[in-house]
Amino acid sequence: MNVTIVDYNSGNISSVINSFKEVAKDKVNIKVTANLKNIKFSDKVVLPGQGSFKSCIDALNNINGLVDTLNEFAIDNKKPLLGICVGLQMFADVGYEETETKGLGWISGKVSKINNENGKYKLPHIGWNQINIVKDSKIYKDIENNSHMYFVHSYEFIPEDKNVISATTDYSSKIVCSIEKENIFGTQFHPEKSDKMGLRIVENFITL
Amino acid sequence: MLKNRIIPCLDVKNGRVVKGINFVDLKDAGDPVEQAKIYSDGGADEICFLDITASNENRDIIYDVVKDTSKKCFVPLTVGGGVRSVEDINKLLNCGADKVSINTAAVQNSEVVIDSSKKFGSQCIVVAIDAKKNKEKWEVFTHGGRNNTGIDAIEFAKKMEDSGAGELLVTSMDRDGTQIGFDIDLTSKISTKVNIPVIASGGVGNLDHLVDGIKLGKASAVLAASIFHYGKYSVKEAKEYLNSKGIPVRI
Repeated sequence: MNVTIVDYNSGNISSVINSFKEVAKDKVNIKVTANLKNIKFSDKVVLPGQGSFKSCIDALNNINGLVDTLNEFAIDNKKPLLGICVGLQMFADVGYEETETKGLGWISGKVSKINNENGKYKLPHIGWNQINIVKDSKIYKDIENNSHMYFVHSYEFIPEDKNVISATTDYSSKIVCSIEKENIFGTQFHPEKSDKMGLRIVENFITL
Repeated sequence: MLKNRIIPCLDVKNGRVVKGINFVDLKDAGDPVEQAKIYSDGGADEICFLDITASNENRDIIYDVVKDTSKKCFVPLTVGGGVRSVEDINKLLNCGADKVSINTAAVQNSEVVIDSSKKFGSQCIVVAIDAKKNKEKWEVFTHGGRNNTGIDAIEFAKKMEDSGAGELLVTSMDRDGTQIGFDIDLTSKISTKVNIPVIASGGVGNLDHLVDGIKLGKASAVLAASIFHYGKYSVKEAKEYLNSKGIPVRI
């Protein structure tokens, strides 16, 4: 099996690479590239993302044909794709970080700043928070409800269809922390930095 | 609920841990990778490396240390010490650091904070503020505490937030190494002033000090070195104690 981590200059993806390689061992071939052919012929794709919504979308668009290839992979061919952090956020129609920016439009909704209630809550939302699993998701196999995951973000994805939400976490409000829609998966938290439970999520995705 | 974090800090010099954990079962007590792994397996919420290498020719060793650690530790890794430029930050992130802490360079030139937070995102930019009390105010020190800039630490904290820092690591120079507890006044004043998380550092000698840092100092996270290194307390014991005092921690 081939899993491709899309390397589109979205910031620091070394931790994502390390975690997938740790879990994959010799069983699965992990590629790190933005090569369109590689992505196309992968069994699974991981879309990481750090920095702002706008900078990530710009970086995707900067690579000729990448967005089309991802669309073909996830929407036309319905192959499994996992978005992490801003990788998840980009599924939305629109994001409001820095300036209004069009997203991939895979899952209707928007990405807006977390309401910090006038400074009552610190932003970024940094650290370990518990996930409330609200629907069965394949990536949560053998993951207990209320497990701790590592978060670091100031913006949240608000999908229109609440049925895509697989877990939330409590901060100033119930923040969407993961989604599953058919073959499309995403986590707002960082499984690659969430210790043993996080690595299990990586493994669940690899063994889908 | 978001948990308060406990962050053990390791001083690394020429690629070796200085004053590290003194465990009998350690194969190599000076190996930062092995020590970081012990902490992460023991429940540390993050690991912090402070590179105190003085000579220029050995400065690149830290990159290999970070590379090796990030392949074995799957909790966030913060690296600081001698970070001068956006390029230094880029290199550390590429080696697998999740956050980089900037001290002297942030004081000398806030553009480093502005540019790096724009380029890599605020989530990975930590500004480390070393402060020392002078009458009614606290002054910012640079170069590992050797130079007094005279800059007001609380004003500087606000400026760093505005420049794009994602977190502040606040160390009291008066308390560092004393084991008599954090400078609670300093920590709470900065934490109240800014809307980004504050990590309290400097002075931890017992577990009640950690409790005070969070309850009274309003810190989101507490950083400590010696109480963990010498096996006085394990990270697990610290967390259980905080939990018994009603502080939310990841157990």
